[in-house]
Amino acid sequence: MSKVLIRGGRVIDPANEVDATLDILVKNGKIMSIAENLAAEDAEIIEARDMIVTPGLIDMHVHLREPGREDEETIRTGTRAAIKGGFTSVACMPNTNPVADTASVIEMILEKSREEGMASVFPAAAITKGLKGKELAEMGELVKAGAVAFSDDGESVMNAEVMRRAFEYSRMFNIPLIAHSEDKNLSSHGQMNEGFYSTLLGLKGIPAAAEEVMVARDIILAGVTGGRLHIAHVSTEGTVALIRMAKKAGIRVTCDVTPHHLVLTDEALMNFDTNFKVNPPLRSQRDVQALLKGLSDGTIDAIASDHAPHALHEKEREFDRAPFGIVGLETTLPLMLTKVVETGVLDLPRLIAKLAINPANTLGIHKGSLSIGSDADITIFDHKSKLKVDIDKFESKSKNSPFHGWELNGIVKYVLVAGEIVIREGNIVKDPGTRDEGRGTRTRG
Amino acid sequence: MKLKIQLKSKNLLGIRELNREEIELILDTAESFKEISTRTIKKVPTLRGRTIVNLFLEPSTRTRTSFELAAKRLSADVVNISGKDSATVKGESLKDTAKTIEAMNADLVIIRHSAAGAPHLLARLVRCGVVNAGDGAHEHPTQALLDLFTIREKLGRIKDLHVAIVGDIAHSRVARSNILAFTKMGAKVTLVAPPTLLPVNIEVFGVDVSYNLDEVIKEVDIVYCLRLQLERQTENLFPSLREHTTLFGLNMARITRARENTLIMHPGPMNRGIEITSEVADLPQSVMTDQVTNGVAVRMAILYLLIGGGESV
Repeated sequence: MSKVLIRGGRVIDPANEVDATLDILVKNGKIMSIAENLAAEDAEIIEARDMIVTPGLIDMHVHLREPGREDEETIRTGTRAAIKGGFTSVACMPNTNPVADTASVIEMILEKSREEGMASVFPAAAITKGLKGKELAEMGELVKAGAVAFSDDGESVMNAEVMRRAFEYSRMFNIPLIAHSEDKNLSSHGQMNEGFYSTLLGLKGIPAAAEEVMVARDIILAGVTGGRLHIAHVSTEGTVALIRMAKKAGIRVTCDVTPHHLVLTDEALMNFDTNFKVNPPLRSQRDVQALLKGLSDGTIDAIASDHAPHALHEKEREFDRAPFGIVGLETTLPLMLTKVVETGVLDLPRLIAKLAINPANTLGIHKGSLSIGSDADITIFDHKSKLKVDIDKFESKSKNSPFHGWELNGIVKYVLVAGEIVIREGNIVKDPGTRDEGRGTRTRG
Repeated sequence: MKLKIQLKSKNLLGIRELNREEIELILDTAESFKEISTRTIKKVPTLRGRTIVNLFLEPSTRTRTSFELAAKRLSADVVNISGKDSATVKGESLKDTAKTIEAMNADLVIIRHSAAGAPHLLARLVRCGVVNAGDGAHEHPTQALLDLFTIREKLGRIKDLHVAIVGDIAHSRVARSNILAFTKMGAKVTLVAPPTLLPVNIEVFGVDVSYNLDEVIKEVDIVYCLRLQLERQTENLFPSLREHTTLFGLNMARITRARENTLIMHPGPMNRGIEITSEVADLPQSVMTDQVTNGVAVRMAILYLLIGGGESV
């Protein structure tokens, strides 16, 4: 396999506490060396001057919709969207059809990813059979098949006894339960955040308490069982406070937040635009401030898109009939560079940590760093160049983004997956030697 | 009659989008239309040749009839599409219904829909104007306008009056539109309901809240009763109809505590014996039939202002 030399970029690798102008030599899909003034005569050169060079980013919460809703997204299109957005690894949620609650579905996803995926795919499996919240899925077999986490995402395990057993049983495998924290009774028929705007719009509200009572419950259960809890897409001030408290108490809890919860509020729903309809719902300004605080003080470990593709005809409906969800793989990095780094909430190394090593550690995958000998998954971006979000240019099959037309900073220029250049000059590289663009032969990490 | 000011939008989606001047324009215009309905020949040619679609995807008798009469008295052609006989029961989306209406060159669509925001969606999908005739628990602007008209007619003004709105505020589009309308026109509003039937953060709308109808009724110029949807009991929003009626029903004992000229209003249809007793509903100061009569005049004014093209009456 060929060599690649990345020259003159600002290399940011939080896992190794690196932030300096360095060269990186990649050989045989691995990182060979990182130093100043490297040379390699037979290597392809990437000039990265004035660019940021980071470990390949990891989105630990996406919906690839395959199997079941291939009209909305596939493993192929979802991973194309991933690399376009700078993500070389994604963890996909199990609420597919059929549900990823058996080894065969996990195997199918991994097989498909090897054949058609442009990025590495790490599947999360269901906590309970059929996401029904009643019987535990065959966790041992699912882990053996390649599941990296368990989640009943989209649904919530309402029965505390079932959740307790899931925490206990999963301890054998030391992999986390990713909790979608929503008390389904409190959120019943809810369409948006409960507050001034739900009252104004006459839409049934989803109270912050629907999230917080479940977060509190799961923190308590994780504490008593010693299980690992990861709370997905935190959205409220109260949740941040509960997690901060739990971490102080030494409970094994981590969490992530989505870009849309960091930059939008429920006021955005004033025109009943369903592209802003998402679960958990967009919250108040006060919640956004608390999330930003949690991000900067380390309470919030990771940023994940909750990339949730939906067909146009399903979103273009009456508000209470449209599905929840926002696509995010192709907007996460520029949104965070513009709205979190430029505003001073996080510096670049801390942002990259939340998009690389932190989610890798939570998922227990050997990704997210530029350590010598590790997989050469590398993202190179120009954090200052301007970008106008255009849904028609998305690689994702679905266009349900509320950020269409936003002017942001940050363009992904090059992406390497296992040493292979998959994005060059901002464009997806057409794989030579295969009929179909995007059908690679890379191996997964 | 030549009008100097006009409505800013080609749609009437909610009271929220109207300013005070526009509300006054509608009320003043309605005054001149009211007389037409008292003539032997209740028709003027103002909207001759215009097509109005009444798209009622949720059951409604009075609002649909009122719009239909308003349109016909202005000589517009009216097409009624109702929920159960439209293609929507065959699964047609609102988008396709909108495209169909668009293709038929309607001048105005009046929509009633169970989903909040459906009129806004429709307005984005069609070129012609859209009037909200009630969307979910969001707004019912023409109801609020006819209520303002009725109050102005009976009491001579709206500003500085005190209105009590009683009952299920949380699920009521009438309550939302009326709260916005009354406060915009300078009236004082007190909501009387149990906390479970009050939407969150309602105080931000500049209203007072009370749980004591016996006290509030002494101070107000208008008692506005809302219809209680009986299925709310199964959602644990109140323990029993009996208890709700005891605490929040308008009966003779309560009304005798009020000032003599206190108006009693209700958007209809009434649950006699629940939110209001029959005796109270039939008192002379109960103005429900005036509300219905005025509804036609107010809707004529709205149709005229939206698609009348500035022609004189």
